[in-house]
Amino acid sequence: MSRDLPQISPLGDNAILVQFEQIISEKLLDKVLFYRNLIQQLYVEQKVEVINTYNSILINYFVAIEDVYSDVKAIKEVFQQHNNTKILESSVFEIPVCYDLEFGIDLELIAKEKNLQISEIISLHTQPEYRVYFMGFLPGFLYLGGLDKKLQISRKSQPRMKIEKGAVGIGENQTGIYPKVSPGGWQIIGNCPINFFNKNTQIPAQISAGDYIKFKSIDRTEYDCVKQQVEQGKFQLNKQKRNG
Amino acid sequence: MGEMKVLQPGLFSSIQDYGRFGNMEFGVPASGVMDRYAARTANLMLRNDANHAVLEITMMGPKLEFTAVTKIVISGAYLSPKLNNEEVENNTILEVAKGDILSFGRRIIGCRAYLAISGGFTTEEILGSKSWYDGISKHEKLQKAMAISYKEDLATKIKTNAILKFDEDYLKTDKVEVYEGAEFKFLSETQKEHLRNAIFSIDQNNNRMAIQLQEQLQNDLKPIITGPVVPGTVQLTPSGKLIVLMRDCQTTGGYPRVLQLSDKGIGTIAQKLTNEKVKFCFKKSL
Repeated sequence: MSRDLPQISPLGDNAILVQFEQIISEKLLDKVLFYRNLIQQLYVEQKVEVINTYNSILINYFVAIEDVYSDVKAIKEVFQQHNNTKILESSVFEIPVCYDLEFGIDLELIAKEKNLQISEIISLHTQPEYRVYFMGFLPGFLYLGGLDKKLQISRKSQPRMKIEKGAVGIGENQTGIYPKVSPGGWQIIGNCPINFFNKNTQIPAQISAGDYIKFKSIDRTEYDCVKQQVEQGKFQLNKQKRNG
Repeated sequence: MGEMKVLQPGLFSSIQDYGRFGNMEFGVPASGVMDRYAARTANLMLRNDANHAVLEITMMGPKLEFTAVTKIVISGAYLSPKLNNEEVENNTILEVAKGDILSFGRRIIGCRAYLAISGGFTTEEILGSKSWYDGISKHEKLQKAMAISYKEDLATKIKTNAILKFDEDYLKTDKVEVYEGAEFKFLSETQKEHLRNAIFSIDQNNNRMAIQLQEQLQNDLKPIITGPVVPGTVQLTPSGKLIVLMRDCQTTGGYPRVLQLSDKGIGTIAQKLTNEKVKFCFKKSL
């Protein structure tokens, strides 16, 4: 029986785009990551990067693709040869967040609009293991899935010009952490003292697509303590293996 | 070691190579020279690698003083370069002595000139690239009193690379080479015809991140699930604006990707000024 191949087509002179169905799901992400890793193996000796988003794989070349026909063919063969996708190993990272009102500048507004106690908001936000789909938007910004429906709230009608580094926010069905100061429209509920991106290390981010994160509520004293450790380069993220 | 001292910074100049490759998975923009053809030509004339770090100069050039002997080539836009106040040519090797001053005058054609130096600039490399990008590199653009390092080159014999000729036709043409983008097929026939035939003007919102076009395209496409974008991707916003992403663009985006510029197309549009006209010229991709 023939299976549906994803769409595989060049994106300009330097890239090939693989597109799966137009949905966001963990099951699709597992499939995307499985094939992303197989495609990476085609290119171990070339200057080519293979990245994923929710439902796409991008094969990005340093210089113009020499023989796009044969490369597209090789990618098609990967899909034809591997039917059973395996779920890759991943880790859960514990991410400390201080939900004090000093940081969580929109907590009171959300509590009112959603008819929740602030403590309930914190507990709903720290409950799930959020899946990391990919990084984009800003260096070190994680696209996360798994926000509780009760916390879904529309973005600010007027985006703020400046959101602090580490701000934890909610926008529609998404939650995330601003890795650096930037403008933004999300509702802000707390602040995370750790760095998600470090340009001075060889691998600038520890968390990768496919991993999970779990928020842990910390008080102001612990926040300052973690922040100090981060600044001194002593902070270690708490990380656990997770299978399937 | 030599230094290129910045006496006057000009409008916007930055050190660029072929970009911060291999960091897309962390959400890091690639950056790199806007017009690879011109940067490559300048580098190859000096027998550098094509992607050696060069100075990308936008519209109004800086005034620079060299502290050690070297050779340079200027390519791309013609901004009336002068060495010690004497007019010099683009696309030829210029011998530079200690204390020489390079300056620029009136812009004649193009938007971005490239200054390549023997051996490439030896500035700091971060995440595999010397390209300047705010937030990643220490500097974003040239500023007065900065000193840009390079290796002294005392070799007197210059082997000119005679085969290399700079073809400046792309600086004059309004034709920008494109492929159909990932979401082109979802456009109506009218929209497609419009993209094929209409003439578009460069909006004043144009920089290293993106070049917007003034004329809008009536749009009823839904946003897409956030997906990969690369330099040259043309996004169509809900209000109908066309945004041509350039080298400093983000790595992902949620607007439909209606067109994709070829490398040549990126170089062509990188050389256009606000209000200049462009027309898309479609090329088959596969």
